Amino acid sequence: MDLSFFASLLDGSLFGSFLGASSFGGIEWSFTLRNVLLGTTLLGVVGGVLGCFTLLRRESLLGDALAHAALPGVCIAYLITGAKSSGPLFLGALVAGVVGALTILVVVRWSKLVTDAAIGIVLSVFFGLGIMLLTYIQKLPLGNQSGLDKYLFGQAATLMPQDVQLMALLGAAVLVLLALFFKELKLLTFDREYAASLGMPVLRLEVLMTLLLVAVVVVGLSTVGAVLMVATLVTPAAAARQWTDRLGWMLVLAALIGGGSGMVGALASASVDRLPTGPVVVLVASALLTLSITLAPRRGLLWSRLRYLRMVRRIRRENLLKDLWNFGERRGDEPGQRVPWTYVMGLRGLTGGRVEATARALEQEGLVRRGERDLRLTTSGIAAAQAMVRKHRLWEVYLTRKLELAEDHVHRDADVMEHALTPAAVAQLEEVLGYPTLDPHGRPIPPARGELVSTAPISGGAA
Amino acid sequence: MSASALVIVAVGSLVAASCALVGSFLVLRKMALLGDAISHAVLPGIVIAFLISGGRSTVSMMIGATALGVLTVFLVELSYRTRRLKEDASIGVVFPALFALGVLLISRYASAVDLDLDCVLYGEIAYAPLDVLTWGDLSLGPRALWLTGFVFLLNLSLVTLFYKELKITTFDTQLAATLGFAPTLVHYLLMSLVSVTVVGSFESVGAILVVAMLVVPPSAAYLLTQRLSTLLFLAVGLGVASALFGYLLARTLDASIAGGMAVMSGLIFLACFCFAPRHGLLARWLRHRRLGRRLAEQLLMLHLPKAGELGWELLDQRFRWAPGRLRAIARRLQERGWVEPGEAGLRLTAEGVRRLEAAGQQPLRHPLGEAPLGDSTAGAGPAPASP
Amino acid sequence: MSGGPAVEVHDLTVAYHTEPVLWDVDLEIPEGRLVAIVGPNGAGKSTLLKAILDIVSPVTGWVKIFGEAYAQRRSWVGYVPQRESVDWDFPTSALDVVTMGLYGRLGWLRRPGRREKELALESLEKVGMEAFANRQISELSGGQQQRVFLARALAQDARIYLMDEPFAGVDAATEAAILTLLQELRATGRTVVAVHHDLQTVAEYFDHVVLLNLRLVAAGSVESTFTTENLQRTYGGRLTVLTQAAEALLGAQAERPDLQGSGQG
Repeated sequence: MDLSFFASLLDGSLFGSFLGASSFGGIEWSFTLRNVLLGTTLLGVVGGVLGCFTLLRRESLLGDALAHAALPGVCIAYLITGAKSSGPLFLGALVAGVVGALTILVVVRWSKLVTDAAIGIVLSVFFGLGIMLLTYIQKLPLGNQSGLDKYLFGQAATLMPQDVQLMALLGAAVLVLLALFFKELKLLTFDREYAASLGMPVLRLEVLMTLLLVAVVVVGLSTVGAVLMVATLVTPAAAARQWTDRLGWMLVLAALIGGGSGMVGALASASVDRLPTGPVVVLVASALLTLSITLAPRRGLLWSRLRYLRMVRRIRRENLLKDLWNFGERRGDEPGQRVPWTYVMGLRGLTGGRVEATARALEQEGLVRRGERDLRLTTSGIAAAQAMVRKHRLWEVYLTRKLELAEDHVHRDADVMEHALTPAAVAQLEEVLGYPTLDPHGRPIPPARGELVSTAPISGGAA
Repeated sequence: MSASALVIVAVGSLVAASCALVGSFLVLRKMALLGDAISHAVLPGIVIAFLISGGRSTVSMMIGATALGVLTVFLVELSYRTRRLKEDASIGVVFPALFALGVLLISRYASAVDLDLDCVLYGEIAYAPLDVLTWGDLSLGPRALWLTGFVFLLNLSLVTLFYKELKITTFDTQLAATLGFAPTLVHYLLMSLVSVTVVGSFESVGAILVVAMLVVPPSAAYLLTQRLSTLLFLAVGLGVASALFGYLLARTLDASIAGGMAVMSGLIFLACFCFAPRHGLLARWLRHRRLGRRLAEQLLMLHLPKAGELGWELLDQRFRWAPGRLRAIARRLQERGWVEPGEAGLRLTAEGVRRLEAAGQQPLRHPLGEAPLGDSTAGAGPAPASP
Repeated sequence: MSGGPAVEVHDLTVAYHTEPVLWDVDLEIPEGRLVAIVGPNGAGKSTLLKAILDIVSPVTGWVKIFGEAYAQRRSWVGYVPQRESVDWDFPTSALDVVTMGLYGRLGWLRRPGRREKELALESLEKVGMEAFANRQISELSGGQQQRVFLARALAQDARIYLMDEPFAGVDAATEAAILTLLQELRATGRTVVAVHHDLQTVAEYFDHVVLLNLRLVAAGSVESTFTTENLQRTYGGRLTVLTQAAEALLGAQAERPDLQGSGQG
């Protein structure tokens, strides 16, 4: 095993700073690019898949703490072995990560501090210790200049074939374990106590999860670095969650989004001057997340906004229908009467443009005919309006009779419910109430759609 | 201590004190990691301010960083409010994105920006005495001292001024809202202060130490006291102590001073975690041991028959306690005169029976009518009424 | 079957951080009954269930299910946790949640297949939720979520069901459906032990009651045990609860003539 990255942490001169190293002139299918591409893609896939569990277990920021906590492990391993061979350094990082995770557990278990504060403590104190040790090492006779920027930002450009091999091996191990214990881990994440009641070894499974997380984080350090590691885990998973309601698909999508961002990041940083890999990977994933949150079907914010607007417009149309009908009823006229614009304009505090647009929409549906000064309901418009009024008054009856609300309190509520009641619900409501004919205010409840109450229907009894 | 050492310790202490003042509220609001997020996410703000102003103007950097700090909080809350993401995930996706943007900007305009990324992230407080602020030819002393001093005074005056508001919005957001305290406004005020603190401390101690100072001393103080005002004083005190002793530690090992201060704050936290008078590990352990013994005593009495005795073997089988524990518990009860040894076992004395019968009338947490040791804060449940 | 009790709890003491939450409970739950666990908040009701399920380990005492330790009887026991204990935004469907009930039987490394899907669907039908099988669980109402949890336990085809507040926060229709389900379970010889909060309905819904307040106050048939005196001992001096209890008892007497007069004890 040879993870040259960890050695380079202590030996900054080997590869130069991350800024210079990631500069390529134009895109070249080189040996380096192949490694970088493979490395970032692999990390994206594995981080994405494991990140789904981290996200759902609400441990998103644990990755951040583990990534920072690994630094002193690297330094201590070096101080103990005295050699910059990567194996022990890698191991040191793993051990420190595990110790960090344990410390968080202990602090939360045995003090009144919450996970949030415990993560902050471990993150900053472990990292401070790492910086101290690193500066201490650098001042030793055999020390070298700082490799800290590599730790913080990773150094994708210096990935070696051995690094990629190790990543592939570890990634495969993580994926295989997740696949083998998929149903157990799913149940553990969803309902820990139920899992325990079925006899699952919940504690051991949780330890397994944490170990996998530490391993992926430590491997990821060489590619994206400590600060951005958390995004490799959380962002693809959060994006994937928006597209699906099934955990299995979420894992697949997170792998695709993570891997895709890794690939794009590597290629972009290879083809454009002075474009560091890690940040580009994170920014691509973040862009995908923003896209997912706004555009994903069903969960997307855009669609829920549109759904809302559609509903508002429908309610406006239904209200206008009802208002036109009420105008006729109030004056004791037939419902097909012409209603002056001035009457409807003043009714619901809407701008004239809104009312006109609503009326136009109703005309297109053939429910209303618009004139210069007035508008009136068509035959089918009358039927539709009647159905609305019916729902409204039935609901008022329900509220006053069944919930014993005062009759002057029920109008507002009925105004909301009339837009939500389905025909089946109306039928049931009517049955429960014993087919009432008058509403609480003594006005008639119009019969079901099709049987017009009007004494003089415009074009005969429409079916 | 030399003059430069004095400057370093002074700057460190001012940073620690400023951080403790705002960090205490972060910890109490369970938002410690929002401080972490802000400390990273202000980076693009600094870079943009740099590119616009074309130099290391402290004022423009402050403005840029504060804007980004507030933006971070806004974005985190936005993605949380949409209910598409949980709170921790919101933090976890927002700050890396902003930080990545900052790194990208630095890399792209590295030549135009005379900004040392290393310095931003882990600071170099050792240079603080060298960078001197001048007014014409007049030397006004180290710039970092002015900067951190200004931030400290700002935090101190605003926290004092809005103490009541901060307190009530921290402990009961809903009550605060009904009383007209505008929790959102106070929240953003606090977050702006965190941003200003972070950027003011940045240059001298770096982003990571800022997180340490924001989170660790207030957490340690939280283990020592329940009162907000005491907590603030303690957090400031522990922060300053971390800075002072951290400096000495770093000097001894000839290592990073900022790192030393973070480690020292960690050690102080560890001490509080273990030895805090009420919430420390040791105090908890002692209390649990006492309570555990009381529990065992009461259990043992409950299992003895009202008349006659119960053999040692049977008792051993029933409780399966560690060897010797049964005898030790029995001895303690015997000293109190509630049990006595029988032929081959243990039996209740008349006094013991009386005690038990009195207790039997009441379904209480501690049947023998004794309140748990420690105090009312020890347990979650209400203190039982005496029989 | 054996004629012995479904659950036998002996000398059970449970403590969190040595603060006792259950004190020396001795209890036998007969087979084939609907059993309510009743007591004030913090009385250890949920803890008793978790101790029976071996999720919390006791300081002293033991629990036997049909004469054996829980580990041997795991497949005989179905658990319905409190609805609030999980995140309903978890990416999964109602059918999938019910399938989880079969994970214990499946064992390691085996995935649920067609047979498990069918079994899960059957369980969903029993609670009237088959139409919602493929719904994301966050889209279900509180009552529907509770029914999904019940279906998951039903899929286990257990002999004894432990339910933590199955009636909490559900609509009237669901409450009726759950009650019917419990009665069906009893008709097929199953035992149900449920933590129950609504004193008004204890006598109507259950035939056995366990009154708990850290210690066992009383346990037995509703007729003999659900009395004012026992409720008073369970709820102590808490007046509001006591009034509630008295009302509950009056309600129970009105509905069940056999209870007349027993409340005067």
